[in-house]
Amino acid sequence: MLRRGLNRLCGGDEKRVDSRTIYVGHRPCPPTEAFIPPKFCDNRIVSSKYTVWNFLPKNLFEQFRRIANFYFLIIFLVQVIVDTPTSPVTSGLPLFFVITVTAIKQGYEDWLRHKADKEVNKYPAIRLENGQRARTYSENIKVGDVVEVVEDETFPCDLILLQSSRDDGTCFVTTASLDGESNHKTHYTVPDMEKDLESLSATIECEQPQPDLYKFVGRMHIYKHDQETFVRSLGPENLLLKGATLKNTKKIYAVALYTGMETKMALNYQGKSQKRSAVEKSINGFLLVYLSILVSKALVCTSLKYWWQSREGQDEPWYNQKTQKERDTYKFLKMFTDFLSFMVLFNFIIPVSMYVTVEMQKFLGSFFITWDKDFFDPEIEEGALVNTSDLNEELGQVEYVFTDKTGTLTQNNMEFIECCIDGFQYKNRDSCSELDGFCVTDGPISKLQEKAGREKEELFLRALCLCHTVQVKEPGPDERTELDQVDQVDGLDQVDGLHRPLAQAQEERGFIASSPDEVALVKGAMKYGFTFLGLESKTMKIKNRQNDIESYDLLHVLNFDPVRRRMSVIVRSRTGETMLFCKGADSSIFPRVKQEEVDRIRTHVERNATEGYRTLCVAYKRLSPEEFAEAEERLQEARLALQDRDEKLTAVYNQVETDMSLIGATAVEDRLQEEAAETMEALQGAGMKVWVLTGDKMETAKSTCYACRLFQRGTELLELTVRTLEGGRRREERLYELLQDYHKKAVQDAPPAKPGVTRSWATAQQEYGFIIDGATLSLVLNPADANSSRYKSLFLQICQNCCAVLCCRMAPLQKAQIVRMVKNCKGSPITLSIGDGANDVSMILEAHVGIGIKGKEGRQAVRNSDYALPKLKHLKKLLLAHGHLYYVRIAHLVQYFFYKNLCFILPQFLYQFFCGYSQQPLYDAAYLTMYNICFTSMPILAYSLLEQHICIEVLMDNAILYRDIAKNANLRWGPFLYWTVLGVFQGLMFFFGVRFLFSNPALQDNGQVFGNWSYGTTVFTILVFTVTLKLALDTRHWTWINHFVIWGSLCFYVFFSFFWGGIIWPFLRQQRLYFVFANMLSSVSAWLTIILLILLSLLPDILLMVFRKPKTHVRQKKPRLTSAGAPKSPRASARPLLMRTFSDESNTVC
Amino acid sequence: MMASSYNAKEEDGHHSGAVGPGGAGTVKIKKPDNTAFKQQRLPAWQPILTAGTVLPAFFVIGLIFIPIGIGLFVTSNNIKEFEIDYTGMEESSPCYVCAHNYSWNNTTPCICLIPFVLDQPFESNVFMYYGLSNFYQNHRRYVKSRDDSQLNGDKTSLLNPSKECEPYRKSNGLSIAPCGAIANSLFNDTLELIYNFPNGTTITIPLMRKGIAWWTDKHVKFRNPGGNDNNLTTAFAGTAKPLNWGKPVYELDPSDPDNNGFINEDFIVWMRTAALPTFRKLYRIIQKKKDNMMPTLPQGNYTLNITYNYPVRSFDGQKRMILSTISWMGGKNPFLGIAYITVGSVCFFLGVVLLIIHHKYGSRNNNADIPN
Repeated sequence: MLRRGLNRLCGGDEKRVDSRTIYVGHRPCPPTEAFIPPKFCDNRIVSSKYTVWNFLPKNLFEQFRRIANFYFLIIFLVQVIVDTPTSPVTSGLPLFFVITVTAIKQGYEDWLRHKADKEVNKYPAIRLENGQRARTYSENIKVGDVVEVVEDETFPCDLILLQSSRDDGTCFVTTASLDGESNHKTHYTVPDMEKDLESLSATIECEQPQPDLYKFVGRMHIYKHDQETFVRSLGPENLLLKGATLKNTKKIYAVALYTGMETKMALNYQGKSQKRSAVEKSINGFLLVYLSILVSKALVCTSLKYWWQSREGQDEPWYNQKTQKERDTYKFLKMFTDFLSFMVLFNFIIPVSMYVTVEMQKFLGSFFITWDKDFFDPEIEEGALVNTSDLNEELGQVEYVFTDKTGTLTQNNMEFIECCIDGFQYKNRDSCSELDGFCVTDGPISKLQEKAGREKEELFLRALCLCHTVQVKEPGPDERTELDQVDQVDGLDQVDGLHRPLAQAQEERGFIASSPDEVALVKGAMKYGFTFLGLESKTMKIKNRQNDIESYDLLHVLNFDPVRRRMSVIVRSRTGETMLFCKGADSSIFPRVKQEEVDRIRTHVERNATEGYRTLCVAYKRLSPEEFAEAEERLQEARLALQDRDEKLTAVYNQVETDMSLIGATAVEDRLQEEAAETMEALQGAGMKVWVLTGDKMETAKSTCYACRLFQRGTELLELTVRTLEGGRRREERLYELLQDYHKKAVQDAPPAKPGVTRSWATAQQEYGFIIDGATLSLVLNPADANSSRYKSLFLQICQNCCAVLCCRMAPLQKAQIVRMVKNCKGSPITLSIGDGANDVSMILEAHVGIGIKGKEGRQAVRNSDYALPKLKHLKKLLLAHGHLYYVRIAHLVQYFFYKNLCFILPQFLYQFFCGYSQQPLYDAAYLTMYNICFTSMPILAYSLLEQHICIEVLMDNAILYRDIAKNANLRWGPFLYWTVLGVFQGLMFFFGVRFLFSNPALQDNGQVFGNWSYGTTVFTILVFTVTLKLALDTRHWTWINHFVIWGSLCFYVFFSFFWGGIIWPFLRQQRLYFVFANMLSSVSAWLTIILLILLSLLPDILLMVFRKPKTHVRQKKPRLTSAGAPKSPRASARPLLMRTFSDESNTVC
Repeated sequence: MMASSYNAKEEDGHHSGAVGPGGAGTVKIKKPDNTAFKQQRLPAWQPILTAGTVLPAFFVIGLIFIPIGIGLFVTSNNIKEFEIDYTGMEESSPCYVCAHNYSWNNTTPCICLIPFVLDQPFESNVFMYYGLSNFYQNHRRYVKSRDDSQLNGDKTSLLNPSKECEPYRKSNGLSIAPCGAIANSLFNDTLELIYNFPNGTTITIPLMRKGIAWWTDKHVKFRNPGGNDNNLTTAFAGTAKPLNWGKPVYELDPSDPDNNGFINEDFIVWMRTAALPTFRKLYRIIQKKKDNMMPTLPQGNYTLNITYNYPVRSFDGQKRMILSTISWMGGKNPFLGIAYITVGSVCFFLGVVLLIIHHKYGSRNNNADIPN
């Protein structure tokens, strides 16, 4: 929404001034014209909320905007103004405490934001000033500055490329942190740019900043000395975006165009709106209940008071006369102030301190996430990061997980796994480092047979080496790179598991390609002895196994496109042979080759696909000179066509790529993140629905889903993509038809799922997976005809019944759209988004909980996330252990707080019936104030930080336990009612127990009597002990801290009472508690009553616990049973994917 | 089980630690501390309440509570208590006239005599209480209408009492000492106990007027201005007596300087506001006879001699005189004994029920677990 607002804002800007003019290097051009330096915002990124100066007023304002705080402020003011039973201190002090603690917390968080901003803003940059390179910071860059950026640096703002160190005026850029595409993109300098930037005088006229990453329109006026003016048009290919990284180019010079908050990256920020957890919503619900209890109590008391006073002699008996002022007060005003007084008297029922305790619990609790060493990743040497502590408990409530694919599920790191040549399988196993390198076939069958003929092998490898668009990176000047290269070439075989990450990093330097698959293939060929040495002026050089250099003339590249799903090259070898090599998806290759060849390879391809590998088939064709001549002619013709060029080209391509012979297939693995499959399985086991949202192709995404076991072999896939919609008829109709069809299948025919159990391991129930792509999704979400909003509900219903949903070809904003759609659907489920790139930011911000992976693609996602993790696998512990515990803790915290304040205030309410509804407080003011702050706050805080009702290992091993707390189970009205009833019961016990005791107030053995303060203190003592012991009963995890805090606060209460009653406090007007506590303890009856009432109050709880125990008991035992008995438990699949693939299954298949 | 999981984790830590040094030396700086607290692995006692653990507790509680309850009940029953209402609401009551002809301005005290019979002798010390009903000493306006610093002998407060005392703060420009509604409404009936010997002679039973207030109240909380030894008349110079009082505060007990002024025990007792609208306050103590041969109050006929000053009719109040012996648990109150016996029995009963459940279903539960 904010984004839309921003857009609108931008739109408004554009209307006002539809373009901006930038003077390159701030040089007036043409020199004669008056130079008015235009004002643009500076290059500072500001994500912080406060400054030192506005912190106090702004923070106070924001805090009092919270209903609860405002309520307490009102109560405080009422106490100050109206004559109320309790002094303003009793509510003022806690409120002050709350406000201060919250302010400190928010201040701290803002300080962290300041720090993060500073890190970005103080990023060193180099600016050209009068021809000199001047070091400066990113924040100092102004629009029009010429900036130097060196390799692997990120651009400090949006820039127009002026000059590159590369000869061809290009530079390579990876926008991984912006849109998640990690391939290298080529950007171009402005054509005909002068070499000497110093003498360049030019202006750039361009549109106002707008958030679309791929749109940019502008033009550059270059003024030459001879007053000749060039105009060059500028497009997105000239624009370098802030956040992108310069690759493979030593340095560039560029002029700053948009800075600071006007950069496309900043405009793509969605303002971080305050996320509120479901628990907070529950709290607000409970708060309303308690508020109504409070108001009704006050109303009851007020009306009873006036009824009681209306009886003769009660309102103003001779012994207790009113002041003249009181008598004169207008009656209704008096009633109103009485009502307010009762409100004040009972206001403790709404616990001020709950907010501060909740805040503290969240704040301190989040440290346990940062501290968790299981989240520490030795590779990046970082642990988890908590950006918002408000959502800890939400981690225990997740129902939908939206995950990015590239970089999140997968490492975006392709690896050549195996190939199949002419029906024989070749695996890239470590053992293939036998000198021959390329001999290992596997399985008994292949051992019997000979491997494919050497020619075929070599042909296949040559095809791999030739059929691509990979570039070899020029070895840099520093020796290390060269060494690496050498190492790469002939040291590869020694690469073992430990070295792999390092080696991969080196390998990546070697090749640059638009698709990581191609690099993987080239590398794969290299392992088998064929090394691609590079492309020089249309000649491709290959080093073959005999270490001879073969060179081929590259005649044509038939580019890859997603419709054809294949690419080809036409090369001519030194021997004069013209060959066409083609590689592509099986579906696009198989129809173009001979059937018998297909049959030999098909099983391999299919098996590889189900294993989650990306498979490509390789085919070739020898072209006779005539054929080639014809093809070339037609290609030229198509290339020069002015109209329908693409269609014509495709037609030619299709014609050329026929009658090929299949030589083999490859399998490339986009390596999954460590334990990705286990994590996904655990999440599904925990009842979460996993949706994969990716910008990637459907096939790759699908194979990843298989690899992650989101889709399983038995899963029936419901596809809703552009391809399935192609049916001749209108797409809308077809869409509706399909939706209906799927809906029937997945929703209507499915047996009604047992509540709470969405996917169980044992049932053989048909599972559905759903696949939709971006284009179709936009049809569903934004249907052309207005009355088709039914699509959306159909779609949602289908999705809810599918175990996993795959959305591919998503734009970043579409991801957010999906999240929003699910978030707002019936039952408003809790959503979690996890991603690592800037393209995931929108979805991270949209979801209830956003998780950033500290991946390779920059820090964007991390910065915008609520929690950042080093690896996907950590998600399991974060949700299953931390989330679960935090939820249980905070739920208990909230319920306990309401409960303890209910039984705190109920006796006070009941006392009104015995004191003539006069608002006489039962407890002393000190007790009223300190009850929540000191006597009962620490134990629950410790509990809410340390409790582990089920220990972490069990939680991790049994994802199913997560379902116990699903749908806010512990904060529903049921548990709330239980706690409330318990509070009422105990309140009644306290009050009436002591009431019966005090029917004869002579409680000491010297016959002396106790007064009202003794009464209150007795009730209060019972209350404090009961409430604390109740917590002790609930504590399942007694660490020394719990012991210390629970027994400590009881001791503190006793000591405080002695202390408070032991001294005449000169600053107090009333010494009403003087020795009350000590006297109470000198009475045996009081002791006996206290013990009895504590026990009696706890009895129902103990009983319930004992009777309920069998269930929980089983729960504690169950884990072992299920993991031992059920073969399909998550444990079973815990073996690494690679191992599983290569050990048993490949044998059986072959 | 806990221990084993610990070890496993410890090893985990070592493993990663062993891998770590392969990288850089900075690993240790950023790596979260592997402390038990930070890893949420503090050694913990994990109690689980089961029927097995709770059962003995129930029995123990039952076994302890029932005897205590019986003891309390017996004790309470042994306490002798005699109560007589002398409000004078019925015409038959000797105090009827006093109750109805009451006015504050009466100079001549109205005296009424109520005869009563004690069926049983009262042994040991006997405590004499007065009881009031429907008297809201715990009304907020009333409770706060006092000035503790004035009562503590503070000179400035004596002459300038707290505003809380309104409307009993000043009288004719002079500040009232002691100020406030509580002090103003001091119970001022005088009760005397006369024993009628069977032979017709009467004897006024000596009543101790000291030892009825809390020691701390008498010695610390309440003090006369300028110390207790000074001449109280001068100490209270410049103050007025409370409106309803017949005499100023320094004449409450002229016979005993240690019981006069603010430290008059009747006054202190009254100042401790009662918790409930029906209450009793200690009035006098009848000490047991020295020789121990005779009961403190032998059975027989008595007369209660009341100087009826305190009006309660206007607010439907009642006045009582209570004679009671005291035990270690205080005055007569059957509640505690009954409550203890009840709770003890309930616990015992629950214990039995739990035992049955435990035996009947507990084992079956265990069996049922395994096939699952």
